[in-house]
Amino acid sequence: MEPFIRHKGLLAPIDRPNVDTDAIIPKQYLKSIKRTGFGPNLFDDWRYLDPGGLDIDNATRRRNPDFVLNQPRYQGASILLARENFGCGSSREHAVWALHDAGFRAVIAPSYADIFYSNCFKNGLLPVTLDATEVDRLFREVEATPGYELEVDLEARTVTTPDGAVLRFDIDDFRRETLLKGLDDIGLTLEKQDRIRAYEQRRRREAPWLFADTARGAG
Amino acid sequence: MSGKTLYDKLWDAHVVDTDGNGTSLLYIDRHLVHEVTSPQAFEGLRLAGRKPWRVDANLAVPDHNVPTTDRSRGVSDPISRAQLEALDRNCREFGIREFAMNDVRQGIVHIIGPEQGATLPGMTVVCGDSHTPTNGALGALAFGIGTSEVEHVLATQCLVLKKSKNMRVYVDGHVAPGITAKDIVLAIIGEIGTAGGTGYTIEFAGEAIRNLSMEGRMTVCNMAIEAGARSGIIAVDERTIDYVRGRPMAPGGELWDGAVEAWRDLHSDPDAAFDREVHIDAGAIAPQVTWGTSPGMVLPVDAAVPDPQQESDPVRASGMRRALEYMDLAPGTPLMDIRIDKVFIGSCTNARIEDLRAAAQQVRGRRVADSVRLAMVVPGSGLVKKQAEDEGLDRVFLEAGFEWREPGCSMCLAMNADRLEPGERCASTSNRNFEGRQGQGGRTHLVSPAMAAAAAVHGHFVDIRQTAGAA
Repeated sequence: MEPFIRHKGLLAPIDRPNVDTDAIIPKQYLKSIKRTGFGPNLFDDWRYLDPGGLDIDNATRRRNPDFVLNQPRYQGASILLARENFGCGSSREHAVWALHDAGFRAVIAPSYADIFYSNCFKNGLLPVTLDATEVDRLFREVEATPGYELEVDLEARTVTTPDGAVLRFDIDDFRRETLLKGLDDIGLTLEKQDRIRAYEQRRRREAPWLFADTARGAG
Repeated sequence: MSGKTLYDKLWDAHVVDTDGNGTSLLYIDRHLVHEVTSPQAFEGLRLAGRKPWRVDANLAVPDHNVPTTDRSRGVSDPISRAQLEALDRNCREFGIREFAMNDVRQGIVHIIGPEQGATLPGMTVVCGDSHTPTNGALGALAFGIGTSEVEHVLATQCLVLKKSKNMRVYVDGHVAPGITAKDIVLAIIGEIGTAGGTGYTIEFAGEAIRNLSMEGRMTVCNMAIEAGARSGIIAVDERTIDYVRGRPMAPGGELWDGAVEAWRDLHSDPDAAFDREVHIDAGAIAPQVTWGTSPGMVLPVDAAVPDPQQESDPVRASGMRRALEYMDLAPGTPLMDIRIDKVFIGSCTNARIEDLRAAAQQVRGRRVADSVRLAMVVPGSGLVKKQAEDEGLDRVFLEAGFEWREPGCSMCLAMNADRLEPGERCASTSNRNFEGRQGQGGRTHLVSPAMAAAAAVHGHFVDIRQTAGAA
C-alpha cells in the first residue's frame, strides 16, 4: 500500500452532514470487478445532471455547475473537508477507492462511520478527525479563500493552515504506523500464523461446532 | 471486578493475539460472501499467490445483482452477469461453497446464514456488507467489512481490530398491537441518531426484545448499522436454541448438547458494565415512517413532516431542508397524506416468512390502489419463497395486484433492474432512505411490512392501528 507521511494540497468542502457511501459512489458502479477507475464517478448523482453507469461515457454527460467539486477553484483538490458521520451506510470500499482515484489523499471531518474509517487505512487515504469547531473554522476559511491549501502531517499528527495555525489530531498508534510505512496488513498477520494455528487447535477441542464445514448438508 | 457483557465474552473468546493497546487479532469463524464486494478480494489473493486459510469457513451466495423476474434465460444485463459469473468462477477456483442463482437455497446473504445454520450462537461472523449484524440476533458477533478485510479474512481467517465500546439499548415493556420489530428499531434510530452507535457494539435487550421472534430480532439487529453501530447483538435464550436446532449446518448429536451448554452462557452478566445505556418505552412506539433521506429522519405515522425552522442546530436544519427538497415534502404535511407510487416488500431487513405473513394479512381480499404503479414482494430466499407459496401467500399477493418475485436484494439498492424512476415515491420495507438509494431521484419511505402493504392498498400511508387487519 502507498504510505502516507505528509501531504500538502488544495482543500475542497462538502458542507453537509451524514454523507453516505451511496452518495460517494452510487450502486451501479459497484458492478465493476476492478479496484480502479471510480474517480470520475465520485459523488456521481451530485456531479452530473444526466444519469450514468458503467456503460455510459462520462464525457457525454452534463456536469452540474452548482456542485462544489465542479467549480474551477476546487479543481485539483486533494483534501476533502466534510461534516459529521462522513461515510455512513454501506460498507462498500469502492467509496474509498473513488476518493483516492479522484486524487484525494486525506479527508477532514468531525466524525466518520466505523467501516468507512477502517477502509480508508487499507488504501492510503488518511481520515483526520478534528473537533466540530475547528472543522467549522476550516469551512469558513476555505469558502472565503480561493486556493486554500492545508498541510497534513501524519508523523506529527497536525494540520497546518495557510496562516500557520497548527491543529492537532489524535489517531490510533497501530493505524498510524501501518499508514506511515504503507504496510501490508495480510503480510503482518501471516507472520503470526503459528498463533492462529494454536488458537484453532485449542478452539477445535473446546468448541468443535464452530468449525462446521459449509459443505455439510449441502446436497 | 464487574462481570462481562455479551460483547466482551464474544470478543475475548476470539482474540488470537493482542498488542496491549487494544488492537487485537480476532479469529473469524464464519465468512459470508456475495458477488459485489468480493471480486477484488479474490483478485488480491491471486496476485499475491495466496490461498484461503480455511475454505470450509466460507459460504457464498449471489444476491445484489440477481434478477427477480424469470431466471430461466439467465441474466440479461451484461455487466451484472459478468459480476455474477466472477463469483461463480472465484468460488470454483478457490473451492468455496456457493448456493448458485438457481439453487432453491439462494437468497439474500444475511437471510441465508441463519436459515442454513451457517450462523451459530457464539460465532464471529463477517461479510463484505454492512447489514451483517442481522446474524447478531443469534448471539453471534457479526459485522460488516470492506473488501480489503474480505481479502484479509480469506487469507488469514482473522481481522486486525480495535474493540468497540459497549452500549445496551433496553426496550422496556410491551409494544402495542400492530407494532413490529421494524417500528422498534426505527424508533431506536430516531432516538439515538444515525451516529449514536458509532464506535459501539449495541446489545438490544429488555422485555420487548425478548418477546420478539428470532426473525423480529434479526430485523432489529439488521439496522444496527443505521444507528452507526458496526455490530448489534441479542443474548441467547430458549428461542434462539429452538431456532437453530435442526438447521442444515447446525451441529447434531453430542456436538449439539455441548454447543447448547456453551450457548447458555451467551448473555451479559448481571453486573456487567456498559459505556452507555439507553432505555426506550416499548408502549410508546407507534408505527414508524421515515420522512427524509436518513433513517434517523423518522416519526410516528400520526405525526406531520417537521419544520427545519424549528431546529436550532444550523447544520441539522440545513440537512433537513435539503432532505425535504429532495423528498418534495412541505413542513406540516401529515405523514398519512403522503401518496406513494411504488411499494417494495423485501430486503435483508424484512423478507423473512413472518414479514410476508404480516404483509399478506393487510392485503388479503383487497386490491392495490389504482394510483400505485407497482407493488412487489421479493422473498428473502428461495426457501422463504417456497414456504410462502406452501401457505398460499403468493396467491394473496397476486390476487391483490402485487408482483411475486424471485429472491434477492432487488429494490433495496437497485443494482438489478428493480428501481425507482426519478421522482417516484416508494413505501419500502428496506433499511436505507438515502438519496438515490432505490434509483436515481427516487424517494424512499422506510416502514414495516404491514405498513407498506397497507399503504399499497390505500395509496398513501395509513395508521394500521386504526384500520382493519392490524395484527
